[in-house]
Amino acid sequence: MEAFLHQLFSGLATGGIYAALALALVMIYQSTHHINFAQGEMAMFSTYLAWTFIDAGVPYWIAFVATVGVSFVLGVIIERVVVRPVEHAPVLSVVIVFIALLVILNSVAGWIYSYTIKTFPSPFEWEAVRNPYLAPHEIGTVGVTVVVLLLLYAFFRYTSLGLAMRAAAQNPVSSRLAGIRVGWMLALGWGLAAAIGAIAGMMIAPVVYLDPNMMSGIMLYAFAAALLGGIDNPIGAVIGGFVVGVVENLAGAYVVGTELKLTVALVLIIGVLLFKPSGLFGRRYVTRV
Amino acid sequence: MERTKSPLRWIAILVVLAALVALPFLISDYRTFQFTQAVVYAIVLLGLNILTGYNGQISLGHGAFYAIGAYTAAILMDKFGVPYWATLPAAGVVCFVFGFLFGLPALRLQGHYLALATFALAVATPQVLKYKRLEEWTGGVQGIVIMKPDPPEWLASFVTLSQDQWLYLFSLGVAAVLFLVAWNLLRGRAGRALVALRDHPIAAEAMGVNGPVYKSMAFGVSALYTGVGGALGAIAVQFVAPDSFTAFLSISFLVGIVVGGIATISGAIYGALFIQFVPNFADQISKAAPWAIYGLVLLVFIYAMPGGVAWMLHFVAARVRALLATR
Repeated sequence: MEAFLHQLFSGLATGGIYAALALALVMIYQSTHHINFAQGEMAMFSTYLAWTFIDAGVPYWIAFVATVGVSFVLGVIIERVVVRPVEHAPVLSVVIVFIALLVILNSVAGWIYSYTIKTFPSPFEWEAVRNPYLAPHEIGTVGVTVVVLLLLYAFFRYTSLGLAMRAAAQNPVSSRLAGIRVGWMLALGWGLAAAIGAIAGMMIAPVVYLDPNMMSGIMLYAFAAALLGGIDNPIGAVIGGFVVGVVENLAGAYVVGTELKLTVALVLIIGVLLFKPSGLFGRRYVTRV
Repeated sequence: MERTKSPLRWIAILVVLAALVALPFLISDYRTFQFTQAVVYAIVLLGLNILTGYNGQISLGHGAFYAIGAYTAAILMDKFGVPYWATLPAAGVVCFVFGFLFGLPALRLQGHYLALATFALAVATPQVLKYKRLEEWTGGVQGIVIMKPDPPEWLASFVTLSQDQWLYLFSLGVAAVLFLVAWNLLRGRAGRALVALRDHPIAAEAMGVNGPVYKSMAFGVSALYTGVGGALGAIAVQFVAPDSFTAFLSISFLVGIVVGGIATISGAIYGALFIQFVPNFADQISKAAPWAIYGLVLLVFIYAMPGGVAWMLHFVAARVRALLATR
C-alpha cells in the first residue's frame, strides 16, 4: 500500500510538470489552432539559461525569475519573427516551421552547452518534510505548479489584459474592431507559453538531468495530457496533466514496466484522438462545408 | 507542348541514368557506399512525398516505417537465412500492412493532429525496438549485424564488381523500378485523386473519389516505399540498432522533401542528395552543426522557396527557354 501511495503521489508530482507544459500548449492552440511542436525544446533552452545564471553564482530564486522573464521575451520574439510569416499558411508549412524551431533550439543548445549531461539544483531541500510518500522536490514541484496555475487564472480572470487575450483568441475579428491589438495578443500568448515552459523545465531538470534531448519524452506526455483534457480548455489540460502523470507512473510500476513508458503515451494520444477527439473537457467543433 | 519535347526529355533521362550507372566505377568504394545511401533516401523521400506531398497527410513518423523495413530485412537475413534480395518484397509487404493499418485511424485525424500522432510514433519507436520481450528477434539495444552481399556469380564472367559497387547498382535498379511505378501512379487517375483529396476533400468526394480507400492506400504505399528503402539501407550499412531510428531520422526525411520539393517526383533525388551529403560536410564544423543547418534550411525554404529545388530548376529552365525563344 505504501509503495502504491508513493507511486500515486510521485505521479501527481510529474503530472504537475505535464500540466504546466500542456497549459503552455493550450495557450498557443487556443488563439491560433497550432500545436507547438517546439514547446519542449523552448523549455529545455530556458532551463539551460537558468543553469547559466546559477553557474555564474546567481542565487536560485533570482535566477528563476530572470529565466522566466528572459523566456517570456524570447517567446514573444519567436512569435514575431518566426511564426508570424506563416500565420495563415497551410498546416504543412506551419508544422515544418515548428519542427525547424525544434531542431534549431536543440542543436544550438547542444552547440553552446555540449551534449554532456549536467546536473541541475533543486531549491527544495527541506529536511523537515521527509516522509515515505513524497520527496521534498516533488512537494515543491506540485506547489510551484499550483501557484503558477492560480496566477494564470487570476491573470485571465481579473485583469483587462487577460480579458483582451481571451477575446482575441475567441473572436479575433470583433476584438480588432473593439481596439484590441490581436497580433500582439498572440505574441503575448507565446511569451506566456515560453515562461510556463521555462518553469516546467526548471522543475523537471533536477529529476531527468539537463541535456538537449531531455524534453522529448516529457513533451510526449504533455501532448497526451493536452489532448486528454481537451486542447482548447486550460483547466481540462491541467486535469489531463495530473491524470497522465498518475497513469504513466502506475502503468510504469505495475503494467508495462519502465521500458515501454513512451508507448503508453503513444497509445494515449492515438486513443484520445480516435475515440474522443475533443478530449474530456474540450469543445466540439462542427465544420461547415 | 510537353509531347513535342518528349524525345529530348527521354534522351536526357537516359544520359542521366548512364551517368548514374557509370558513377561507382569513377569513385572510391566509400563514396559509392555514400551514394547507395543517397539512393536509399531517394526511395524513402519518394514514399513520404506520395503521402505528405501529394495526399497532404502530414507524417512526422516515417522513421518508424523505415525501422520496420530495416528490421524485417535484418531479421529475415540473420534468423532465417533469406537471401538479401528476397527481403525487399517482404519488407515492402510488412510495411504496407503496417502503413495501411496506421492509415485507417489516421483517416479521422487531420493536419496538426495527424502530425502529432505520427510524431508520437517516431518518438516511441526506439523504445519499442529495445523492448525486452522482442529481444530474441530484434537483438535489443545491441541490434543485429548482417553480412554485406557479394555480387552474383553470373555477373563475374562479364565484370568484376566490389560489394559496394554491386550494392549501389542493385539499389539503383530497385529505385529505378520504384520511381517508374510511382510516376505511373501519380500522373494518372490515382495521382489526380490524391491531389484532389488534398486540395479539396469535399469536392473530391462529391466527384466520386473514394476518400478513405485512397487515403489509407496512400499510407500503405508510402510505407511500402519507405520500408523497401529501410531494408536496402539496413543491407548497405550491415547493421540495425534502435538508436539509429530516433525521431530525428523522421525529421531528416521531412527536411529532404522540403528541400527537394513537396509533391514532386524528381524532388526526392535532390532531397536525398541533400540529407546524405550536407550533414557529412557540416559535421566537420560541430556535432550540432548539421541540425542547425537543417533547421535554418527548413525555415529558408518555407519562407522563400516553398517549392524546393525541383520547382526552382523548373523555373530556371522555363526562364532559359523563354530567353532562347525571344532571340
